[in-house]
Amino acid sequence: MSTTTVHHHHQSEGNYSKLTTDRVGLWLFLLSESMLFLGLLSARFYLAGTFRPPELNQALGVGITSILLVSSLTMFRSEVAIRHGDQSSFLRHLLITIVLSILFLGGVAYEWSQAFTHFSPNTVFGTIFFSMTGMHALHVLSGIFLMLLIYRNGRSGKYSEHNHWSVEATAKYWHMVDVVWVFFYAALYLV
Amino acid sequence: MRTIIQGLVGGVIAFIIGAALLGIVRLAFGLSFWGGEASLVAGWLAFVIGWLLGVGVWEYWVREWFNLPVKKFEATGTSRYFTFCTDHKVVGIQYLVTFLGLFLLAGLLAMVMRAELMAPGRNYMSGATYNNVMSLHGTIMVFVGVAATVGAFGNYILPIMIGAEDMAFPRLNALSFWFVPPVAILLLASVFSNGYDTGWTGYATLASSTREGVIFYNLAFFTVGFSSILGAVNILTTVIALRAKGMYWGRLPIFVWASLGTAILSLIFTQFIALAMIMSLLDRVAGFSFFDAFAGGDPLLYQNVFWFYSHPAVYVMILPGLGIALEIISVFSRKPLFAYKWAVFGMMGVVVLSALVWAHHMFTSGMDSPLRIPFMITTELISVPTGLVFLTALGTMWGGKLILKTPMLFALAVIFNFLIGGITGIFLSDVPVDIQLQDTFFVVAHFHYTIVGGGIFALFAGIYYWYPKMTGRMYNERQGKIQFWWMFIGFNLTFIPMFWAGLNGMNRRIADYVPDLGNINFFTSMSAFFLGIGFLLFVYNMAVSLKKGEVAADNPWGGYTLEWQTSSPPPLENFDTPPEVVGDPYGYGEPDAKHVIFPAPAATD
Repeated sequence: MSTTTVHHHHQSEGNYSKLTTDRVGLWLFLLSESMLFLGLLSARFYLAGTFRPPELNQALGVGITSILLVSSLTMFRSEVAIRHGDQSSFLRHLLITIVLSILFLGGVAYEWSQAFTHFSPNTVFGTIFFSMTGMHALHVLSGIFLMLLIYRNGRSGKYSEHNHWSVEATAKYWHMVDVVWVFFYAALYLV
Repeated sequence: MRTIIQGLVGGVIAFIIGAALLGIVRLAFGLSFWGGEASLVAGWLAFVIGWLLGVGVWEYWVREWFNLPVKKFEATGTSRYFTFCTDHKVVGIQYLVTFLGLFLLAGLLAMVMRAELMAPGRNYMSGATYNNVMSLHGTIMVFVGVAATVGAFGNYILPIMIGAEDMAFPRLNALSFWFVPPVAILLLASVFSNGYDTGWTGYATLASSTREGVIFYNLAFFTVGFSSILGAVNILTTVIALRAKGMYWGRLPIFVWASLGTAILSLIFTQFIALAMIMSLLDRVAGFSFFDAFAGGDPLLYQNVFWFYSHPAVYVMILPGLGIALEIISVFSRKPLFAYKWAVFGMMGVVVLSALVWAHHMFTSGMDSPLRIPFMITTELISVPTGLVFLTALGTMWGGKLILKTPMLFALAVIFNFLIGGITGIFLSDVPVDIQLQDTFFVVAHFHYTIVGGGIFALFAGIYYWYPKMTGRMYNERQGKIQFWWMFIGFNLTFIPMFWAGLNGMNRRIADYVPDLGNINFFTSMSAFFLGIGFLLFVYNMAVSLKKGEVAADNPWGGYTLEWQTSSPPPLENFDTPPEVVGDPYGYGEPDAKHVIFPAPAATD
């Protein structure tokens, strides 16, 4: 069997390039992932209605939410930079995003240590709080892993203005994680 | 073999790391290092990652992320079926053979259940053993139903049908398959942990209080979900992006539409079964209280989340089957597919409505009574789009000259059986009837008519139909027909009496029953054994024909769709010249009908 093959993707009906194909796949995956969060969000209202314990640390909630939103902005800046081939701005903004997301995780960890004493997972609000923030934190963690990966590759000059799909994909994933948090924050801290 | 050993080594190392990491966290919180079920869960999740990296994800894929050279795929011959092969045709065969093996195994478990039910009273096993057998049979068969048909033909046939050279993401495709072996091993390994007795539904709160085997079920279902979701992403992207020139949406073969609907369902809803399993596990091993009413949780939440996936999942099981049946009926009636657009509308209508019917599984669970009415209506409504698919089948056959070869016989049986399954489904969706028939054998008979009579018969139709394409050999037609009639008669003799038994109060999922029902159960068991033996004939026919069958022509059935316009089996990347689609795929009997041409390749490519 020959390993050299003639690729004729460019002749397909939609004239889809490899990049567009990748984008379609990523969007479908993000759509699917958001269903998981939608399920958790529904469970929050199903089990506890709009109940919210007074012990929630509102200041911390606002703080980590702001950090995450700013990180989305810096991630966006980073992606724009590589799109224009600006390597140093790309790496700088990426690094800031990584630092911010680690700060966010630190904030969640601190909130967890506080929350344990007020509403542990064997109460219904604790169940909701820890599962929602926990599932989200897992996604933040995987996002940080991806960002570290592209940071490492970016430093060795792997990406350019015409070749930066990994950066774009990571950025889209990161924005999804942030949008999810906006809903989760509202559902846990504000309702 | 090297692939599998690497996978196991990677998995075991990862298991130890995963369990140890959890152990360290536990020590930090003043708990013991080994946390029993919690450590098993952490170890398993790590095992899956280690297994995948070991079988090839590392060598062929992840190394690239670290700027390391990746291996290029070069295996040929039979050995590539045991490797991380990215060829969609290899992946299709991997799915088909793996799930046929699991199907036969779970079928054997059904025989064990029928042996116990042959006579009232306890005959061969304890009630606990019966429950384990019943649970394992159900779970494995659900996995078979969800993945066998679309996994096999969605991977093997679909890309060829749309004129693509492979799936959109070949490595992701291989990855999706390699989730399956550890899941199968895990389910079977539950036996060594005394099994689990929750059935395939794993309802709260039984799941949080029964023995530890249930976490094997939770983890298996959770893990197989990844395979479904990634497979769905791949199928959808392939159809959206890789259609050949001229393959407009209105020219897609109906099996492609069916697979598309299936993929939409898997993409959207599989996340909910993952969520149900996560919630169950958190309740059981981490002290959460989603379903613990004493702590303010609600057991009904489990059923809502579970059925929000699991009802759409039954359409995941049947839609590709209906697609196959329609393909075959058109070819073997030598007539264009009747009302093609309405069949597509019907399938998409099923996809949409399937999101709105889940609570009909919960009529007796204590849900709000008034809510039962809308769910009854939506459930009955779903028979309308399904009916469109039926009318397409009937209209295609109408006035046709039917060629009754084995694939056609199976396709006709799909229509016959699924009609019975569908009509009894309307009975069951009716609230007062459902309250009477909940958890009786009427329900068992109903869903076996849809999923086995529809889905599995369609799987067999597809196997016979595409066997020459996939193997390059013809199966034995005479044996095929005998197997068809054997299976068709055996199936109906087994499941028709179950309706009667159910109406007369025979409960499902219980090893015993009132003595009055002895005769009907004895008859059912004998029919089931008869049905079971018939599969040996199938295995024999397939195995012998693989070596000794007549060499198959490229297009033995005179089909117009693209998979018949290439060699049997197709070459790597499917077509020597890129095809161009110029007409609809079902112009049978129409003069000058043409689906595809192969223009000479341009000089510069």
